[in-house]
Amino acid sequence: MPTDAEAIAEQVFVALADPTRRAILATLAAEGPATATDLAARLPITRQAIAKHLALLAEAGLLTAEPGERRRVRYRLRSAPMQVAQQFLAALARDWDSPLEALKNHLDRSA
Amino acid sequence: MAFPDRIERTMDFAAPPEKVWAALTTAEGLSAWFGQEAGIDLRPGGTAWMRWDHGHTADMRVERVEEPTVFGFTWHISGLPDEDPRRTYVEFTLEPAGAGTRLTVVESGFAQLSQDAYDKAYDGNTQGWASELGELAAYLDAA
Repeated sequence: MPTDAEAIAEQVFVALADPTRRAILATLAAEGPATATDLAARLPITRQAIAKHLALLAEAGLLTAEPGERRRVRYRLRSAPMQVAQQFLAALARDWDSPLEALKNHLDRSA
Repeated sequence: MAFPDRIERTMDFAAPPEKVWAALTTAEGLSAWFGQEAGIDLRPGGTAWMRWDHGHTADMRVERVEEPTVFGFTWHISGLPDEDPRRTYVEFTLEPAGAGTRLTVVESGFAQLSQDAYDKAYDGNTQGWASELGELAAYLDAA
């Protein structure tokens, strides 16, 4: 199971390493589901480039494609893989060194 | 191991185990070095909390109490949504070292993935806000 968690997290980190994909994910997170055309209007990227990145992100399971108005495909962010990646970030962000130093200072003071 | 599942630190203190135990397991002790305010119901299943001046709060569930050698609790994984059930387990082990104490802290469970989280991450069955907003719309329409 941890291997699978790693595989999921890795896809998130790979997706986020690219500035265009980061911009697409950030826009979907901030503004909700959008079509490739919507995204092209909001971001300084061609529609073709956006379509390519959307396909890649959907393939990686970071987006879902759903039918939108006028038979256009709308893309929606999937938060579940992001939450898996967040667990790993939580391990890196957990700081035990500072609290333990504080504990040492506290015990030395009250000794 | 690309990602750590557990974090482990060991530190020696001049204070005897009883003093270290009090610092870890009492509201007065915890608020002196860890949180700025703290409360604890020291028994397995009891709740404990810490609060910091910048507004952050940690809610813990006491899991192991073996005075003065083992104190364990679980808490929320920071960064995950509040409703996420995944928690890490923190265990402090105290051993006498001369007149002082050797303290080991292990926090584990960062790489855990429940079946539910696994299913959610892999299938496209998360409806998220679409269904919640749909339910809200239906509720408001019905009212």
